Amino acid sequence: MLHKLKYALVAGVMLGVMPNVHAATPADTLVIAKNIDDIITLDPAEAYELSGVEIVANLYDRIMRFEPSDISKIAPGVAESYTVSKDGKTLTFKIRKGLKFASGNPVTADDAAFSLQRVVKLNKNPAFLITQLGWTKDNVDKMVLAPDAQTLAITITEDFSPSLVLSLMSSVVGSVVEKKIAMEHNVADDLGNAWLKSNSAGSGSYSLKSWKANESVVMEGNANARGGAPKLARVVVRHVPEPAAQRLLIEKGDADIARDLTTDQITAIAANKSVVVTTIPQATLHYIGLNLNTPQFKNPKVVQALHYLVDYDGMANTFLKGGFKVHQSFWPSGFWASLDTNMYKFNPTKAKALLAEAGFPNGFDITMDARNSAPHTNIAQAIQSSMAQGGVKINIVAAEEKTVLTKYRARQHQMLLIDWGPDYMDPHTNADSFARNTDNSDKPKSKPLAWRNSWDIPEITKMTDAAVRERDEGKRKKMYLDLQAKVMADGPFIIMFQETKRVSERSNVKHFVMGPSSDVVYYNLTTK
Amino acid sequence: MRDAPDRPRASALIARLASFVLSLLLTFIGLTAVTFVIGRFMAVDPVLAKVGDRASQATYDAVRIEMGLDRPVYEQYLHYLQKVFTGDFGTSVITSHPIIQDLLHFFPATFELATIATVLGLLIGVPAGVAAAAFKGRWPDHVVGVVGLFGYSMPVFWLGLVGLFVFYGQLGWVGGPGRLDIVYDDVVTTRTGVLLIDSAIEGQWEIFRNAFSHLILPAVLLGYFSLAYIARMTRSFMIEQLSQEYVTAARIKGLSFWGAVWRHAFPNIMVPLITVIGLSYASLLEGAVLTETVFAWPGLGLYITRSLFNADMNAVLGGTLVVGAVFIGVNQLCDFLYKVFDPRLRTA
Repeated sequence: MLHKLKYALVAGVMLGVMPNVHAATPADTLVIAKNIDDIITLDPAEAYELSGVEIVANLYDRIMRFEPSDISKIAPGVAESYTVSKDGKTLTFKIRKGLKFASGNPVTADDAAFSLQRVVKLNKNPAFLITQLGWTKDNVDKMVLAPDAQTLAITITEDFSPSLVLSLMSSVVGSVVEKKIAMEHNVADDLGNAWLKSNSAGSGSYSLKSWKANESVVMEGNANARGGAPKLARVVVRHVPEPAAQRLLIEKGDADIARDLTTDQITAIAANKSVVVTTIPQATLHYIGLNLNTPQFKNPKVVQALHYLVDYDGMANTFLKGGFKVHQSFWPSGFWASLDTNMYKFNPTKAKALLAEAGFPNGFDITMDARNSAPHTNIAQAIQSSMAQGGVKINIVAAEEKTVLTKYRARQHQMLLIDWGPDYMDPHTNADSFARNTDNSDKPKSKPLAWRNSWDIPEITKMTDAAVRERDEGKRKKMYLDLQAKVMADGPFIIMFQETKRVSERSNVKHFVMGPSSDVVYYNLTTK
Repeated sequence: MRDAPDRPRASALIARLASFVLSLLLTFIGLTAVTFVIGRFMAVDPVLAKVGDRASQATYDAVRIEMGLDRPVYEQYLHYLQKVFTGDFGTSVITSHPIIQDLLHFFPATFELATIATVLGLLIGVPAGVAAAAFKGRWPDHVVGVVGLFGYSMPVFWLGLVGLFVFYGQLGWVGGPGRLDIVYDDVVTTRTGVLLIDSAIEGQWEIFRNAFSHLILPAVLLGYFSLAYIARMTRSFMIEQLSQEYVTAARIKGLSFWGAVWRHAFPNIMVPLITVIGLSYASLLEGAVLTETVFAWPGLGLYITRSLFNADMNAVLGGTLVVGAVFIGVNQLCDFLYKVFDPRLRTA
């Protein structure tokens, strides 16, 4: 027995160290190398992390969707059409006939209504998206109705533009969950939440085979999906936290797509003909929040001066090249109603003059919180260096993301470097946070970015509220353009960049669809 | 009559067992109490990990109450202990799974890596340390010194990436990041969680080989660091023993130099050496965060670290208990081995 074991061990060692021929990824499987450590759940009523939302977008069809080819246009999803009542408060969706869940059961309006009600009743992370429509646990069963299998009627109490409501139906909470399966796993009134964290019950292109935290997400094609079965039968999203390891995997052909390569790595693989890099503008903005409770920032001239002490182009053209473009308004470029003109350029002379007028001819010392990972650390250092030219000496406090956020939510920072992505594709999502603050006290009901930076703005809040209610699209657009200009000129935000994602694909990979946000990343059309 | 002498022995055994269980219990309570208090005073809001940054204040407040964070810390801790004693370690925020399930998933990956690494460190480090002591001041000593110094000073992150680049990227001798190639995912039924064992049980030798090819590089890397430590300590222990008079006496009696080294000096360094190896093994069993990051290895280190950054205290506490159990277990194993190798301790 001992001898056998000894031989088995020796054989194992020899086999292991022998040259190991690596095959390409399986022909019917799309292998994506990505850092997915942000996934904490795959239940569409709970998922709100970027990687989680992306997976959910492929597991569940939504009431409405955004076409990846034109992000300014909303497209039908499970619903084929909709009508809006005269008062704009009731939207009636016609559900497509013949749709089926992965289980084979038909997709009905009752499933769609259940899915929306479920989000409100569970009240998890993304619930705020639709509770803002005036839905509560108590009224949602009356506000969201399915009078027949093909009709979904939703009524809102708030006076919101229908286009905003449609955008919300295209966000993660608009995912249609199969009621029967969810309720089969209903434990302690959780409407199947515990089970759906790591299982799926949708009609998307794929169904979930497994999610192993810190390891992988495996999905299998759904033959019943709208538009037919996906081109590749299986998708494996493998958790590879280190970008250098992702680069090795894609260069070796052990991954078809690598998602997190750094600028240096992208430059380095440019010569490799078997890898193609695609650039896609994203909706994420990177900005500095200035807490107006800080004594130095009480004078608006100081806030102005700091805007002139950031070398926007210098950063975008050097270490951020290809990954970020300069963008200074709160609604990203490429979306409906975005303001694309930038107001500030690096100008230390002008900044010094403004600081002198504000009573700080020699500048001042200040702290800036930032995340301790690339590119945040690099951006923070560049800002520290450019601000020093105006006499503003920054002490960078680098920490993990959650630590920075905890401080930000308690508004205990002075300056804070962070990023922000919209929750859905309507400018109200960002206006609601950058340009709305209904209660600047220390115990508010919500903590939008304006509150976090102590920006008390009753007038601008009114402008934001008016814009979301406006039903004339032309007028509404003008209102958002004005709001963006106002926030850019007077706000406590130094908005610097709009992010651009670069996806590295093996040259045989075609039609991987990646839009400007996690909601618009589709695997089903990909071939290789 | 025969039973008479056994009674005191049996009661002594029970007393020792009881004292062991008591010390185990006190250690665990102490560990969890300290971790719990630290967790509650960290600069990270545990509710944030669960509800995210965008949730409304109402959702935030509801979850805060649901997590029991509105209650005094001592009350939260007692509640936690109460649940632990019923076998409920809670659910992880970051994986959505019961903590026990997570630990059973992540610990075997670390165990597999740490065990192979320690075996490598032991098989090479001990002879290298003995050789360095035997040839003190000569070239073998210098070689072992330089190799050890290199092991101490190279950042594991860098060495891991270089190793991957050369042996996976260029030569293709080993598997890449992860525990298996994609094609073998979910083929083997999880029994122990240790892929080498599970694949061997099923006779899936192709998967065994693949798992080994993925394991070998991170294991060699960790083994190298443990080797450097073990070799240095072995050398130091051995030099001390070789200067003892009993070694000189053995040589005068005609025993060869190597005979004196291995038959007389070496058994005398076994006890401190076991301590060194035990500590090195235990520290590897805690998980090696950087190695796990580079090699996309789903181990305990990455799990605890990620949980800590998200203030996922149930997971951190569960991980802490495993680390505590590992140290206690390794200590017990060392105690046992001391008695095997040192006859003087057997009667104690």
